[in-house]
Amino acid sequence: MLISSRRSTSATALIGPVLIGLVSIGLTACGGTTKGSTAASQSAAAPAPAAAAPASANPDAPIKEGIKIAFLPKQINNPYETIVDKAGIEAAAEYKGEAKEVGPSDASASSQVSYINTLTQQRQDAILIAANDANAVCGPLQQARSKGIKVVTYDSDASKDCRDLFINQASSEEVGRSQIAMLSDLIGGKGEFAILSATANATNQNTWIEFMKDELTKPEYKDMKLVKVAYGDDDDQKSFQETQGLLQAYPDLKGIIAPTTVGISAAARYVSGSKYKGKVVVTGLGTPNQMREYVKNGTVEKFALWNPKDLGYLAGYAAAALVSGQITGAEGEKFTAGRLGEYTIGKDGEVILGPPFTFDAGNIDEFDF
Amino acid sequence: MAPDVTAATAASPATAANPGRFLRWDVLVGLLLVAVLIGGAAGSPEFATAGNLSFALGDLGEIAMIALAMTLLVVAAEVDLSVASVLGLSSALVGAMWDGGWAIETIIPLVVVIGGVCGLVNGLLVTRLGLPSLAVTIGTLALYRGLAYVVLGDRAVAEFPPGYTSLAVDDVPGTPIPYPVMLFALLAVVTGVALHATGFGRSLFAIGAQVEAAHFAGIRVKRIKLILFVVSGTVAAFAGVVYTLRYGSARADNGTGLELAVIAAVLLGGVDFDGGKGTLGGVIAGVLLIGLLRNLLMLNDVSTEIQSIVTGLLLVISVITPRLVAAARRRRRPSPSPAPPPPNS
Repeated sequence: MLISSRRSTSATALIGPVLIGLVSIGLTACGGTTKGSTAASQSAAAPAPAAAAPASANPDAPIKEGIKIAFLPKQINNPYETIVDKAGIEAAAEYKGEAKEVGPSDASASSQVSYINTLTQQRQDAILIAANDANAVCGPLQQARSKGIKVVTYDSDASKDCRDLFINQASSEEVGRSQIAMLSDLIGGKGEFAILSATANATNQNTWIEFMKDELTKPEYKDMKLVKVAYGDDDDQKSFQETQGLLQAYPDLKGIIAPTTVGISAAARYVSGSKYKGKVVVTGLGTPNQMREYVKNGTVEKFALWNPKDLGYLAGYAAAALVSGQITGAEGEKFTAGRLGEYTIGKDGEVILGPPFTFDAGNIDEFDF
Repeated sequence: MAPDVTAATAASPATAANPGRFLRWDVLVGLLLVAVLIGGAAGSPEFATAGNLSFALGDLGEIAMIALAMTLLVVAAEVDLSVASVLGLSSALVGAMWDGGWAIETIIPLVVVIGGVCGLVNGLLVTRLGLPSLAVTIGTLALYRGLAYVVLGDRAVAEFPPGYTSLAVDDVPGTPIPYPVMLFALLAVVTGVALHATGFGRSLFAIGAQVEAAHFAGIRVKRIKLILFVVSGTVAAFAGVVYTLRYGSARADNGTGLELAVIAAVLLGGVDFDGGKGTLGGVIAGVLLIGLLRNLLMLNDVSTEIQSIVTGLLLVISVITPRLVAAARRRRRPSPSPAPPPPNS
């Protein structure tokens, strides 16, 4: 075909077949496989649950020795993920398992897939993955599970049909409520405050803010008043300017809660260089590396996030409990995660790490992420 | 026309013309591939299993398909760096249209045609405006990827029909060969015949070796180049469909950087980037060598950094070796014909 078509005369010759193609496509458009037509059949043929999973859990089963587990982070050499995975590897050492971290150098949707295949071929007992794309990893994870490999997601979940457990770093409710408690502690339970959020439609932040507002209705917070929710759009410059605006508009402002890592560091930077330093409290959710400077210079007394070490440690123990048959991933099952104590599996196979972790001048230097 | 074309081919630099004495690079790559296969099977119990080979081959499917079209372009001394962006645009379009309730049977041909149009744009810019393809396709690399983000944004669309997604990963019954790889094999045969056994193929070598000579020999240089770009875009878009179904996830960033993997395979396969030299067999061996070597290294828990160092070294060696061999040969046995002109890049 290539050979004959080069004899025709101009580029229009190429457009002809294209048009014919388009028309014929249009004609076949009715009656094909569409999203609507497969939705029904797909849910009917819902992915078979991992057939190899034992029917019932034995909570008294001991943790087996020599369990092989592998951590597959979003990408390697990411300081946050390195801390998580190292803690998980330490957990495995406690129960005499073999653990390792492997992963791609880029966090693209597909790059984890070949690693899942490799780990499946290596017959690991469990794969622990922070999924880059909830769906792209799904097929290979199902394949791993069909060979009896347990799959635990942490930090970032995959579709829930494709894993046994998800270790959730924090529940939305606890994140929201604890922010109010922390601010109340910092400003003595009295005064005006504002929230500096991400974008107006950011799902996580809006959920947290709802819980904050609900927490404020409790009697012990009756003297605290939320004057405004500002949006810095998770943009450093915009968050910086919004902070400035808040402080000018509300001269009696006692504190700012920024439940976003971009917002809290921008707010701290503004306050740290202004006359409000030491007068207005900044707190929220941030990372130690971004906040270290402001904690050291006294602008920020404390802020929260989850403890990545505990996250990895818990994931490591959860994998061992699955492999040893202590749990199957069903709601209500319990297992013990070493020094962290007992955990109960919640709805949809989720295990919640616990209340957010508070960073302050006393512990911030233990963390590098 | 035929005699002129043959003359043009024969006029191509002496390095590839008398392969008899020394091992040709593409043969060497093939031998290296065999060594990896044997070494892998002997040294790693997981390597030569049907499950692993099926996956490793499937993982190469898109790169391999695009490499076929790229080989034709590079032989004709052109290059298309926009292929991965066309793949991403195709993936984004599949996602957006599927989400919009279109039938997959409509979406696939439509997207493939759009890929052809992307290639046509590249080809027209190169042939009608006389722009270098490197510059044009670096531009459209950014342009088509940008369009992909316009189409789908940061979203990911999933839940494609299971019949189609399993077609993208399942093996042909009784073999460890996934359907897309089988399709690649068919395309490879067609491309191989077209490149090495037809007048069309010989005219590509002629264009790559000496474009003016080819032109005066009556070869319709611009027309052929235009066709090659259209083929490249079409294949890239089809690869985008396969990619989307294989991962079951349509995203605008799918396949980012894949063009470098394709170029690397073509380079490793011994195709000269100055045009006019190379074999399709070498490219196929190059694709398989890079992919299977990486798979083997991963199975042995070699870190990502070392993997890229190994691949990088292999590429550098593949560029240097043929030139060193050619230089050594010239020194030993001065040929009566003048040495080939230095690459003009």
